[in-house]
Amino acid sequence: MAAPILRWVGPGKRWALAWVDSSSSHRRVSPNGSASHRMREQRSVAQQSLHTAPKPRKGGHKWAAVVGLEVHAQISSNSKLFSGSQVSFAAPPNSLVSFFDASLPGTLPVLNRRCVEAAVMTGLALNCHINKKSLFDRKHYFYADLPAGYQITQQRLPIAVRGSLTYGVFVGNKRSHMATKTVRIKQIQLEQDSGKSLHDDLRSQTLIDLNRAGVGLLEMVLEPDLSCGEEAATVVRELQLILQALGTSKANMAEGQLRVDANISVHQPGEPLGIRTEVKNLNSIRFLARAIDHEIQRQISELESGGVILNETRSFDHRLGCTVPMRDKEGKQDYRFMPEPNLPPLVLYDTASLPVGVEPQQVINIDQIRDTLPELPRVTRERLVREYGMLPEHSFTLLNEVGLLQFFQSVMKETRAEPKKVTSWVLNVLLGYLKQHNLAVNESPITPSALAGLLDLLDSKAISSSAAKEVFEELWKGKAKTAAQIVSEKQLELMQDQEALEQLCQATMEGHPQVVTDMKTGNPKAINKLIGLVRKATLNRADPAVIKNILERLSA
Amino acid sequence: MWARAVWLAFRSGLGGCQAFSTKANFQVKVEQTSPVTHAPRVIPQGSGPITVEVIEHLERLALVDFGSREAVARLEKAIAFADRLRAVDTDGVEPMESVLEDRCLYLRSDKVAEGNCAEELLQNSHQVVEEYFVAPPGIKNPSNTAE
Repeated sequence: MAAPILRWVGPGKRWALAWVDSSSSHRRVSPNGSASHRMREQRSVAQQSLHTAPKPRKGGHKWAAVVGLEVHAQISSNSKLFSGSQVSFAAPPNSLVSFFDASLPGTLPVLNRRCVEAAVMTGLALNCHINKKSLFDRKHYFYADLPAGYQITQQRLPIAVRGSLTYGVFVGNKRSHMATKTVRIKQIQLEQDSGKSLHDDLRSQTLIDLNRAGVGLLEMVLEPDLSCGEEAATVVRELQLILQALGTSKANMAEGQLRVDANISVHQPGEPLGIRTEVKNLNSIRFLARAIDHEIQRQISELESGGVILNETRSFDHRLGCTVPMRDKEGKQDYRFMPEPNLPPLVLYDTASLPVGVEPQQVINIDQIRDTLPELPRVTRERLVREYGMLPEHSFTLLNEVGLLQFFQSVMKETRAEPKKVTSWVLNVLLGYLKQHNLAVNESPITPSALAGLLDLLDSKAISSSAAKEVFEELWKGKAKTAAQIVSEKQLELMQDQEALEQLCQATMEGHPQVVTDMKTGNPKAINKLIGLVRKATLNRADPAVIKNILERLSA
Repeated sequence: MWARAVWLAFRSGLGGCQAFSTKANFQVKVEQTSPVTHAPRVIPQGSGPITVEVIEHLERLALVDFGSREAVARLEKAIAFADRLRAVDTDGVEPMESVLEDRCLYLRSDKVAEGNCAEELLQNSHQVVEEYFVAPPGIKNPSNTAE
């Protein structure tokens, strides 16, 4: 379970105090003693009570922010949750709509087995308790893209509850150390997506496309264990990786397959939780982090100047970089939940309770699903650290960049070089270049084979590391030459002739007696100057370390 | 024998409405007996008249129109009628979630079998623009899942 981070928010300066919970125990370490324990208990208190802001405090600036996320992920399936129409991103409007999706009278929902399996897989991957019996409900509200006037969801008894997700945060000023934190998952439920409405402002009308209406969604409600935009961004990224690894959702935020809403409030440590606002319309991880941080700041400024926070819904305007109120919701929405009368309870089984003589297609076995779960990102990272001896931070980076892990593994397959060298070149050099030129991994002008070739040359000491960098630059131009070709063209091979090198060093030393004297007095700049001169003489084809050895030996 | 008579009279007294739990041995709080049939009469516990705010709230939620005082009075009577359910002692009784609770929820395999009937569906709509339904103006958006 997570312990909160206290954020010092002052003008311009931010640092985060983090501490790590080593296990799932209830031990809580807090710099404020019992205060955070009270905070935890009060988390379950409904956050809608009116809260009179304290008088503006000029002195104390310590605010704690509380962030809860609600994530909706579109299930990756062929057909929709309750009907047999196709799930597809781009299609002519209203062409993927069945009579049930259009809510024509006389139609009934029929549950899609794949969606249930996806929910169980996701619940298991997030350490949830899977409810063997779960129920469907109707959530009523009127909007043009919801033809039935209600959404079928699982409010009373969802399919999975009480899970957790561990993630890594960089700690400290220099972000040098990685710690793991946990966020609790309150529940995971199956529900229907709504259609899409397009606002035609020119003719003041709204156009409705029901292709998306009825697509299966996994709603994941996270407990408010987060405290800043960076944590939220990390959690969402980890969720994306998990969903993609499971294959239960493509989780692409830009395509609307993953939607995140954030509930944000601030309070002084030791005091009750503040009023929360809901921020919606976040369609990228970067905007998510910025919106949350901005909203936290806005609330703090508001409270510090004596204002109050309204329990409202806000939207993030990424051009302005701030949250703005959405159209008012006219008070609290009453969804009039009622049980879905057309669907019996959803019953799941495990190996012990499997009913006999029932068609296997009609039965879902939780144990069987657990046994066939694919490798989760956390396990992949642990494996990378174990197999290749890399630091945990590196494993995070490898998984976070789309396609980078595959690139790395391709290089590893083709090269003789040590894993540590490969890691360093992929994460530092290649990724650096990609970021600088704003390219994705799959747009890289350097192929894994090319990099493997370069690393082989380096490994066999055919070239120096500075020459290797030159070769990399040349490879980056993408002219389909191999590393070996570039090396021979530019004559970058290391001088193999030891004697010739010694002669060069001797000659250089004789040509610069003053520098030699300086060197003998222990001046480090002097030897570097000599090394530089020798290197120039060898046209950069000698390893500086080797030169240094020779010079030191000759001058002894 | 007497218990069964009470049970039957109770059922008829409530107009034979359902929603009895199938698992129950329920008891009835009998306050008086009706003078004619000597059947037990269940006393409803009403919650008072309905306020204007509640009416307006309901009208917004359900898009109905309680136009007249008569309609509101009818609503109050309906609530009083349904309130008689509270007389049933349901302590320790599991609520029935669905009359289908003993049925198996059928699981459909994930194959595409429907759709591709845009033309047919669009015929239902008053107004259509290039294969989109046109929504009538004036619908406010309380939607949860953002577009």
